[in-house]
Amino acid sequence: MKLTGAQILCESLLKEGVDVIFGFPGGAVLPLYDTLPQYPALRHILVRHEQGAAHAADGYARVTGKVGVCLATSGPGASNLVTGIANAHLDSVPIVAITGQVARPFIGKDAFQEVDITGITLPITKHNYLVLEVESLPRVIKEAFYLARTGRPGPVLIDIPRDVFLEQTEFHYPQKVEIPGYKPTLQGHPAQIKKAADVINNARKPVIISGRGVLISGAFAELKQLAEMAQIPVITTLLGISSFPESHILSYGMMGMHGMAYANMAVDACDLLIAIGMRFDDRATSKVSGFAPNARIVHIDIDPAEIGKNVRVDVPIVGDVKRVLVALNKLIPPAEHIDWIHQVDEWRRQHPLVVPRTSKKVLPQYVVHKLYELTKGEAIIVTGVGQNQMWAAQHYWYDKPNSFISSGGLGTMGYGLPAAMGAKVGCPDRIVWCIDGDGSFQMTLHELATIHQDQIAVKIAVINNGFLGMVRQWQQLFYGKRYVATPLTCPDFVKLADAYCVPALRVEKKEEVAPAIQQAMKHDGPFLIDFVVEPEENVYPFVAPGTALSQIIEEPRKEVTAWSQQSTP
Amino acid sequence: MVPTKHTLVALVEDKPGVLNRMVSLFRRRGFNIASIAVGSSELSGFSRVTFVVDGPLAMVEQVRKQLGKVVDVVKVSDITEENIVIRELALVKVKATSATRSEIIQIVDVFRSDIVDVAQDSLTIEVTGAEQKIESLLDLLRTFGIKEIVRTGCIAMTRGGAGTANGSTKGRDNEQTP
Repeated sequence: MKLTGAQILCESLLKEGVDVIFGFPGGAVLPLYDTLPQYPALRHILVRHEQGAAHAADGYARVTGKVGVCLATSGPGASNLVTGIANAHLDSVPIVAITGQVARPFIGKDAFQEVDITGITLPITKHNYLVLEVESLPRVIKEAFYLARTGRPGPVLIDIPRDVFLEQTEFHYPQKVEIPGYKPTLQGHPAQIKKAADVINNARKPVIISGRGVLISGAFAELKQLAEMAQIPVITTLLGISSFPESHILSYGMMGMHGMAYANMAVDACDLLIAIGMRFDDRATSKVSGFAPNARIVHIDIDPAEIGKNVRVDVPIVGDVKRVLVALNKLIPPAEHIDWIHQVDEWRRQHPLVVPRTSKKVLPQYVVHKLYELTKGEAIIVTGVGQNQMWAAQHYWYDKPNSFISSGGLGTMGYGLPAAMGAKVGCPDRIVWCIDGDGSFQMTLHELATIHQDQIAVKIAVINNGFLGMVRQWQQLFYGKRYVATPLTCPDFVKLADAYCVPALRVEKKEEVAPAIQQAMKHDGPFLIDFVVEPEENVYPFVAPGTALSQIIEEPRKEVTAWSQQSTP
Repeated sequence: MVPTKHTLVALVEDKPGVLNRMVSLFRRRGFNIASIAVGSSELSGFSRVTFVVDGPLAMVEQVRKQLGKVVDVVKVSDITEENIVIRELALVKVKATSATRSEIIQIVDVFRSDIVDVAQDSLTIEVTGAEQKIESLLDLLRTFGIKEIVRTGCIAMTRGGAGTANGSTKGRDNEQTP
């Protein structure tokens, strides 16, 4: 039986196990939307802006490990996806973006709602396709999903002209893909693994840096085994958060620009750095020439182009993190690094994560801490970008894999709400909190309409300081406190949520924080809390850009309380 | 001495946009291409591309690895250090009068190149060879006055029986040496 291109697309999505599409209709994809009701197993969630569709697919993919799917029409629909695709690209998130294109006879004629989306997304996709014959559609979809989820994952875009959706052909879904130029290296080279084991077994002050690759590869248990067997402190990158249980005795939190002082000190002083599934981003390493100056570096990553890109590496291993760690762990006998662990513990005692003891208004750190306590650390936290993101990274402690979802590489303000929406759709049984800033939230808050329409029970904590806080912090510290274009006059978020039929509360006092969170969690459905917080609170510790990781600016105020990662709430 | 100019050869799928994908990558990452030459290969559906890249070894390694990540690129090799044949074709239109014509023809003969067009006031020369040979010829011809130069960019192949960037595996070696 012959099927239309639109039907072939739907059939193929089902073959790939897709159960939800985040999308927005338009002229070029109308034939597809007209076909969707024939496929009730494909749940379509109507977003309010295509950027939200891409972020939602991204959030969905990060929590489920499956490929997220977003859909947009040609022209502005497609170009609105761009930020979301770039975000997924930098954070290695598997999404497939499907865009409509003008009908084939109109391509290249500057037709209505025509943009060259394959050209535009060339540098921000793992691969992309313009489908010019309906016969190639099943193969393209098969390849797109395969490329998106295998190797180093990433976004793949499929651009489909309107008339291809209408054309008919016999439907045969290919059993396997054949891409001659795509053969990711999965097994690490045994000689390299042996070399890595040798340096690990001879190290006196080793440190593991765990990145998002550990989460992607599902190497949670293998990482833990390595750390415990050889007694190695584990530090994560921002995106590596939740790859190692933060309540574990060997966990020393996040490194980098706003990382824990003791984590950065350990990286600075170690004699061996085992970097696993991370890419030495500048926010993690700070000044490269001053990075881990005394360390030999073992770098495990699936992407050969990441080896030696930013820092010199002594023992590179290209391969899937999990497979490499399985092989490596066989060569690691039990070891002790008591003196070194004591040293790092001592740094933690001397330079703990601290919070000011007194404040006029609610402290944002306190809000995050209360969220941690009241969710028992079991929520999926999705963040915006800025101070809210850093406080969420620092003051909530993550034990379960994929429970911290954040825009790391691109630093996309507005990521929070739509990504939280995708995360909740992907994990309906988990509590999903979106911790967002008042600035970040306003970039995509229209998705409140989506979470109301589809009753996606995302809980939103707006950390409202009336500033574009992170930029303000830099203006305070580096631009003589000249607050240019950072003070925000915000709308009344409670009224706004009310207008979107999302129940909401405002919290202005410390004692209101916990009851508000409890009320939000009791409510069966989406809920927003507007936390009006201390306006000029800064994120500490802080490593200023262009300085070495060891040059840590710590909380300058004296009246502080130390929160240890091991302290039980 | 480590040469700063590197010759990379890639086997690529002959698909729309493949050249764009590669060139866009050079632009985006700030890699400097000295020359690029593309043509069909012995395998139907595949083209072979020769890049000459100028820069330090670490950068050239990044070029090779980043090119390797392009899905339509089947294999990339840096063959600079190998025993290779490199050739480039240039067409040179040089000013020629009755007084200088014979001298130019002598030079052309020495370089084993050809005169492919003769006009009242010019000669067009076709020269093939490695870059230095073409440069030397151009140096000599400059004294007569060069009107126009068109060059193809280098193409390269390894000597002997082994193939140049072919076979089914991509240039994704397992980083045995840093």
